Amino acid sequence: MNDQSSIQRQTLYDSRNFLIRFIDFAGSRALNWISGLGSATMLVWETWSLAFRPPLQFKLLVHQLYLIGVNSISVVLISGLFTGMVLATQGYHQLIQLSAEGTLGKFVTVSVVKELGPMVTAFVLAGRIGASITAELGTMKVTEQIDALEVMATNPVKYLVVPRFLACAIMLPILTLFAIVFGIAGGYLAAIILFDMNGLFFLKLAQANLFINSIVISLVKASAFGMAIASIGCYKGFTISSAGGAEGVGKSTTGSAVTSLVSILALDAFLNHLLYTVWGLQ
Amino acid sequence: MIWIEDLWKNFENKEVLTGLELYIPRGETLVVMGQSGCGKSVLLKMITGLMKPDQGQIWIDGEDITILTRKALNRTRRKLGMLFQSAALFDSMTVAENVGFMVSQHMKLSKREIDEIVAEKLRLVQLDGTQDLRPAELSGGMRKRVGLARAIACNPEVILYDEPTTGLDPITALEINRLIRDLHQKLQVTSVVVTHDMASAFSVGTRMAMIHQGQVIAHGTPDEIWKIDNPVLQQFIAHENHHQN
Repeated sequence: MNDQSSIQRQTLYDSRNFLIRFIDFAGSRALNWISGLGSATMLVWETWSLAFRPPLQFKLLVHQLYLIGVNSISVVLISGLFTGMVLATQGYHQLIQLSAEGTLGKFVTVSVVKELGPMVTAFVLAGRIGASITAELGTMKVTEQIDALEVMATNPVKYLVVPRFLACAIMLPILTLFAIVFGIAGGYLAAIILFDMNGLFFLKLAQANLFINSIVISLVKASAFGMAIASIGCYKGFTISSAGGAEGVGKSTTGSAVTSLVSILALDAFLNHLLYTVWGLQ
Repeated sequence: MIWIEDLWKNFENKEVLTGLELYIPRGETLVVMGQSGCGKSVLLKMITGLMKPDQGQIWIDGEDITILTRKALNRTRRKLGMLFQSAALFDSMTVAENVGFMVSQHMKLSKREIDEIVAEKLRLVQLDGTQDLRPAELSGGMRKRVGLARAIACNPEVILYDEPTTGLDPITALEINRLIRDLHQKLQVTSVVVTHDMASAFSVGTRMAMIHQGQVIAHGTPDEIWKIDNPVLQQFIAHENHHQN
């Protein structure tokens, strides 16, 4: 009898202990997350406040525009082309069931312009540029180069973050335009080569459904994605512990890419609701 | 020149500095010694404003840098030059860009004038002609010397050295010690050298301070330090000398 009650007491004690440990774990994770969000917001705020304050670092900005734009163009073009092809292939098989395969040009154009153009570009750059920003700044952090900047009376946010932030905000929309053009081209190629459709008709439908409003909204979204990628990349690089070494840089680089991808999706959902539902833009 | 008053710093319940007091007169080379983890590098980070103390003041030229705004702190930082333990050269830049970085950021000079300053500073550390090399192409000793050239580029009043001879072979370490002494004589600067290399400490220091358990337990000229009857200090000196021999 005594043994049974002692086992019951032990079980109760263990489950209470487990609950306390779980609450402790969840609480500390939540606090870390909130604190990280606060620090990231402060970094974005400082970036904005320093972005247009002299001295403007034009040389650094141009260098970043080159790195982000020129070095990413080929992968963006290829991604855009294949996205358009996949979209046309999938769209054709769905539309043919409704006897609406003739509207494939509209389907591809609207999808690429409104959603897939900025999204694919942002995904490509989150993996390519966001991760490389984190790796670069993280390495600078662990090798005391960021401390050296501070000691030399240079604000690291102004010198390192602002050019990357502005370059991403400027380059994402430009790359998105290329992705849109190549996306439509990919759809066109799939339509005429795989489905033997009338190319001129495809292009006429595409042209008829290209609205300046949609393109502007798409570019605004792309710019917001660019700012998010740069902010997350810089924040993850800046917050690597100096003791973390190469392993810390690796972890933060992976974390940067993953956080950027999730943030792009969340931001896209938020902006779509804001732009199309709340403001009623088309 | 630098007056440190009642400095406290705590890291996750580990007390690193516990009311440290230190005075560094203008023109002196003070060597700060102590075991690993005793807070020597933390002290340097606080003097440069990279880290805030939990309590206490650091006065540089009559200004308490612990309460300065970022802008005012950056004004004070222009009086400082620092040689980092790893040299901390910008690896995306050439030697010339590294050395001329602070000049190009804070002085309105033409490229030719900056190039002249860079060449002059590189001559001082006997590395003239290496302007176009990248940090990855330099040896450990050369990296330290470029770091030193960068630290003196803006003619600072104070030079801070974080373990200047760590990781170097004995010959190169002697060379760095000689450079520190030469710069002190030529530029008439105040220097703070953090090290546990006793040969280096007695070679470059005009004053020495030993940190133990977060406080300065001994302070004086190298001759006075030899004579101070403190078991921790004597044990440290003997142990480090033995280790180096």
